Order: sequence, then structure tokens, then C-alpha cells
Amino acid sequence: MENTKIEVKDLNLYYGDHKALKNINIDIKEKAITAFIGPSGCGKSSFLKTLNRMNDLVDVARVEGLVNINGKDIYDEKTDVTLLRKEVGMVFQQPNPFPMSIYDNVAYGPRIHGIKDKKRLDKIVENSLKGAAIYDEVKDRLKKSALSLSGGQQQRICIARALAVEPDIILMDEPTSALDPISTSKIEDLMEELKKKYTVVIVTHNMQQAARISDYTAFFLNGEIVEYGKTNDIFSYPKDKRTEDYITGRFG
Amino acid sequence: MKRKLIDNTVQALIYLCTILSVLILAGIIIYIFVKGLPYVSLSFLTSVTSPLKGTKGIAGNIVNTLMIIIMTMLMATPIGIGGAIYLNEYASNKKLVGIIEYATETLSGIPSIIFGLFGMVFFNETLGLGYSLLSGCFTLTLMVLPLLIRNTQEALKTVPESYRTGAIGLGSGKWHMIRTILIPSALPGIITGAILAVGRIVGESAALLFTAGSAKILPKTLMGFLEKPFYSGGTLTVQMYLSATSEADFNTAFGIALVLLIIVLLINYATKLLSKRFDVNRGTN
Amino acid sequence: MKTKAIIEKIAHIIFLISAVVAIFAVGAITIFMFIKGTPAFKSIGFLDLLFKSEWAPTATNPTYGIAYIILSSIVATFSAIIISIPIGLLTAVYIAEMANNKLGEIVRTAVELLAAIPSVIYGLLGIMILNPLMYKLERLIFINNPNHQFTGGSNLLSAIIVLALMILPTIVSVSVSSLNAVSDKLRSASLALGASKIQSIFSVVIPAAKSGILTGAVLGIGRALGEAMAINMVAGGVVNFPLPFNSIRTLTTQLVSEIAYSSGLHRQVLFTVGLILYLFIMFVNFCLLKVRKKEED
Repeated sequence: MENTKIEVKDLNLYYGDHKALKNINIDIKEKAITAFIGPSGCGKSSFLKTLNRMNDLVDVARVEGLVNINGKDIYDEKTDVTLLRKEVGMVFQQPNPFPMSIYDNVAYGPRIHGIKDKKRLDKIVENSLKGAAIYDEVKDRLKKSALSLSGGQQQRICIARALAVEPDIILMDEPTSALDPISTSKIEDLMEELKKKYTVVIVTHNMQQAARISDYTAFFLNGEIVEYGKTNDIFSYPKDKRTEDYITGRFG
Repeated sequence: MKRKLIDNTVQALIYLCTILSVLILAGIIIYIFVKGLPYVSLSFLTSVTSPLKGTKGIAGNIVNTLMIIIMTMLMATPIGIGGAIYLNEYASNKKLVGIIEYATETLSGIPSIIFGLFGMVFFNETLGLGYSLLSGCFTLTLMVLPLLIRNTQEALKTVPESYRTGAIGLGSGKWHMIRTILIPSALPGIITGAILAVGRIVGESAALLFTAGSAKILPKTLMGFLEKPFYSGGTLTVQMYLSATSEADFNTAFGIALVLLIIVLLINYATKLLSKRFDVNRGTN
Repeated sequence: MKTKAIIEKIAHIIFLISAVVAIFAVGAITIFMFIKGTPAFKSIGFLDLLFKSEWAPTATNPTYGIAYIILSSIVATFSAIIISIPIGLLTAVYIAEMANNKLGEIVRTAVELLAAIPSVIYGLLGIMILNPLMYKLERLIFINNPNHQFTGGSNLLSAIIVLALMILPTIVSVSVSSLNAVSDKLRSASLALGASKIQSIFSVVIPAAKSGILTGAVLGIGRALGEAMAINMVAGGVVNFPLPFNSIRTLTTQLVSEIAYSSGLHRQVLFTVGLILYLFIMFVNFCLLKVRKKEED
């Protein structure tokens, strides 16, 4: 039915001598929300970071195997990492707006990628803020520092900032874990909207969240994918004993 | 691609500036060694320049420098440590602490030539000490005080609060606790500050030229040594300044430069070593 | 028990006295600078002293204009800062953002050593290396110019270069600590948007560290204004308008070279020069305080 957007084959990730991901195989579908769940330290966040090569920043990290996005191997020598990251946006656990105005935060990406025209930037900023469902809240104070906003608003600014470079895929690393319940539900609603245009991959330690919003779920344990499938199937009929244990709360 | 080009250019500039900084230092060290080494000999270090005897040496300046270091540190260290202890352990009046810290900050920003001017008028003229090592020491004491206070304060801040409450809880008086617990725990930091102060004294010239003067003779008797603080005496840096300017004796200037450079390198090495040990200690706490 | 309490009291008082030494020192220096530095304004006239440029204290009709001296200090300081900031900042970027631990440590140590070298050594090197070089340049440029007074290379340019080198370590070390204080979250956010490492450093990290870098610049200004011996050795000794190839006198070198033999009104004016230097430094300190306050907010 849906097309495969990200194809991962026999992926291993090492931090020095430590093998953090073992033999990962997964096909992530286009225009859907895929959730990675699992106990902390299971490798779900590390795996997310292999998809936009943020692991490159860790000196001792080494990747083996194949990651194809839109049919292209992102670990190929010829891949331009900056273009890859333009295509694969990321939202972090802690809201991390730059210490600049709301406008400059959102315009940062387009400017980096060479857009200087003021009118075009205005349009991009407006669309991105609308896309992140925060435009109405901030439209009168675009020149104010982004740090003056609440945590939930900051996180949506960060989402807008990611949207502004027109990505295909949005990776979200526990985007609501630092937020209050009301902000969390706003961002969950937003994700429903986002999946109409984007492929969304979210790491969450909150199982209810995964069940509520995702179409597909992968359960990680000790650096391996134990089970992967439609969210409904995973939560209703877990095939693996360990998945069942986790879902029923028998894990830390 | 334009972006790649800019990135690479900027990167090249970064490397260029870094290499420049390192090369300048290397150049200075090599140059001073090459130029100074031929003139540094045992007799250069142990005799006094005298046109009558035809000798050339800096023994007098070495003695002056050592005396200034010792006397200044004897005055400045207790005041510096005491002041820092007051600020960190005793002071309850926030306003007073603010004023003292602002004064310390201001003091550390005053250029040494101003200290020299002040010392010349206050210690030499008003107090009647004249050009003398003692006058130089008083001046330098004020100058290195901020360094000692700040380093001691930093060191005291790293001593865990539990040490203090633990000792006080056992019925120890405050002064007893400071003497037996705080100062020993903060010692590496205090010593680092003291070494840095010595470095500052060794390198100082502007504040000494008008306070301690520039005499280079070596006292001949024990009495002469004991009375030396009341007489004029030029340190190595002051002598080097005179050799390189009015005396136009560049050989001596380079000889002294080498001696100074070696002292500076040793001091830097010692502080590095100490701060490493300090870090290790902190790690185990 | 009683003696113990007395000892505690004495200790407290001794520590208090040690702490207020700094206040007394600053107070005494300030009062002294004003007492010694103001009379000349009365005897010569405020405007004549500050805004006349001719300096001839030992002439039969002595004149005491210090305008060029003040101007030279300002020009030398700001030129040195303008050279030092880019070089220092880029070196700091290397240490904080690009170097691996070992290379970073080497560069850091080198910069610390540059700071530790006594100023008279910089002066000596200036005399031996910089001045001959400047002299060559001078001859090249002014060979057929009868109006130029040859300096043998002891000129403003030499002073600026020596000063720039001497304040470089301050700028580097303050910048390194403020770059290190920038959260890694901002770096990741920028990289994740597809910015290159260099773009991230210059559009996010440096702007986030700017008040710290500014602190370094202000500290550098204070140092450059106050440096005396090294410039006195390389800048020549003539009161002149600060042009690159002119010998100059700055506030500090004026004191170093003349205070020892001065007397009477001449000496009074030199103390005024000291007072002006002191006021400049107090102003720089005040700016420093403001910048630091802003940084904390």
C-alpha cells in the first residue's frame, strides 16, 4: 500500500568497542508516523540519529550496513551530509531554539541554504509557523527572542524551524518528554497534521503516546529490533514475549 | 559550490591564525635561546658587572629579584588568603562583599605603571623609604593581591560544604575548622595562586623602576644583606630594560631574557602540574 | 573556653582587616591620582593642557600640550585590538571547536606562555626584530621625501604590532571559555538543519558567545592602554601625531621616560598624564562590569 521511504539493511552501530545497534532491518513507510519504543539505553535514539547522520558528530561512532533514503545510500562517500540533513529534519528532546528572534530562528535554515530574498523568507517563515501550529500565537512578536516563549511554544518553534528547510522526513527524539500535558497534546495534534505531508519518525518512552499517534511501531531492546509492525497489531497481539512484557509494564 | 568555497576559506583562515600564534611563540623561544645562550655562563650568573674589573654579570639582580619575591610573598600571601577567607567564610554583609570584590577587580585592572607612580610618591617620598627594595615590595604586594585573593577564593569554593558542617558539628571552632580542614583542602589552589603571583613579580618592570630603583651591586657582608631591603636594587627585568635601552648592552639583555624565559617556562610547567593534581583530587572527592 | 572565644574573635578581625586592604589600596590610589593630577589643570588651564599638541617641557618658554599623547594612546590601543580580535577569535575557534584534545592543549599552552612572557622581553624583541624591519620599510616609502623625519623604525606601527601580540592571549583565553560555555544543543540544532560546521560556528555559536568575547576585547583594551615598558622600547620617544611611521609617545611611555628627571610644573603635568590614564582605565573597568552584568542576565 504505502511506499517505503527509508530502507535499512543489516545495520550495526559501534561506539568504540561497544556495539550499540545489532543487525537492524526495517522499512519505514512514507507519509506515516513510525514510533520507536523501548526502555532507555535500548538504542532507539541512537538509531534515529543514524538516519540523518548525527552520529557522525560522535568521534568513536562507526556504522556498518545500508541506509537508503529515497533509494539513495546515505552513507555513500558522495553523499553531502548537509543536503541529507536538509531533507531529513530533526526535532530534539529539549527545545533548543537559538538565542535570537523567533523570525531569525525559523529563517535560519533557509538562510544557511542560500535564500536571501526578504519576501521569500517572510513567506517561508509564515508558512512554517503555520505548519507548526504556532503562527497565531507569535505573529505579533516575530522579532522577540525565541527564549521568551514557554517550553511548549519553543518546541513548536523548533518544529517550524525544521519545516522551514522543506524536509521530506522529520525525526523527533522524544519531542514531548520535557513538556507539560497541554503542550504535549498540542504537539501530538500537530503530528497528525504533519504526516499528511511528511514522513514522521518519533522516538518515545511513552507507550500511550506511541499507541495514540503512530501508524507503525518498532520495539527496541538491547540494540535490536524485537518486533516491528502496525501499531494496532503490536499493541493488540504482540508476537514476542518481550514486547508483551514491555507493553504490560514489566520492564523498568 | 559557493558554500563549500566559503567554508574552506574560513577554515584555512582559522588554521592560519592558529599556526601564527604558535609559530610566534616558538619563534620567540628559539630566538631568545639562540641569542642568549652564548652569554649565560657561570660567571654571568655569579658576578656583578664592573667596568673596573672587566666582569659582566647579573648576580646582584638575581639577589634583588629573589629578595623582592620572598619579601613580597611574605606580605601578600597572608593578606590574600586572609581576605579570601573573610569573603568566603565570614562575611555576612552582602554589600561589603560586593564592595571588596569590586575593589579587588579594580585593583587587578590598574596598570603597573600607575602602581609604580603611586609607590614612588607614597612609599618612596611620603613614607621616606626612598628607592628601596622594601618600597618595591609594598607596591608589588598591592599589585599581586587580587591574584592571590581570587585563586584562594576559587579554591575555597571547591571545598565541599559537608567538610565545614562536619567539622563545626564535631564542636570545632570556626578558626580551628579553617586551619585544620579548609586551608589544607584548598592548598593546591592557594599554591597555584602563589606561583602565578611569583610569575607576575618576576616579569614586572614598570612598577619597580620608580620604586625599587636599579642598583646592581651585590652586598658584601651579612650586614649588607640584612640592610639591603632599605637600599635600591634592580631586578632582572629592570636591568634588562636598562641594558636594552640606555646602556645599549644587548648581550646582557639577551642573557637576562634567557634566564627570565626559563623561569617563566618553569613556572608555567609547575602550575600545569599542580592544576592537574588538583583536578585528580577533586575527582576522588 | 574563654581563650578559645578570644582566639576566634581575633581571627575574625584579622581576616576582616586583610579583606579591606584592597578597598584601602584602591581608595588611596584614587585619591592620590586626583591630588597629584589636578593641580596642573589649574596652572596651565584645562583646555590648553588637553587640546594643545605641542610638548616642550624643558624649553625656555615651556609648553605642555598633551593632545597628541592622548591621541597616540587611543590610536595604538584600538589598532592593536582590531588586529588582535580576529586573530584571537579564530585561534579560540580552533581550540574550542575544531582541535582534538591533544592539539588543542598544545595551542592553549602556547597562548598561555605568550601571556606569561615579561613585557621587557617583548620590548627587546621589538628592538631587535621589528624596528629594523620597519626601518627598511620606512626607507622604501620615504626615501625621496624631505619632510619625513626618519625614526629608524621606532614608530607607531611597531608599537601596534607589539601590543596586538601582547593582548592576543587575553582575547584567546576569554573567547575559548565563552565558546566552551555555549550549549551543545545549539550546535546540534544547527547541524541538523543542514548547516555545515563552519556555518554553525559563525551563525550560532559565536553570536551566542558574543558577550563573553566582548569581555575579552574590553580586557584587552585595558591591557593595551596600560602597557608601558614594551612600547616605550619600540615606539621611539617623540611627541607626534600618531601616523604609522611616526615616533610616538603614549600616556604610559610619557611617564616612563620623563618622570625620573622631571620637577616643578613638568612633574605636575606628568601626574596629570597619569590621572588621565587612570580615568581611562576606570572607564574600561566600568564597561567591563556592565558587559559582565549583561552576560549574567
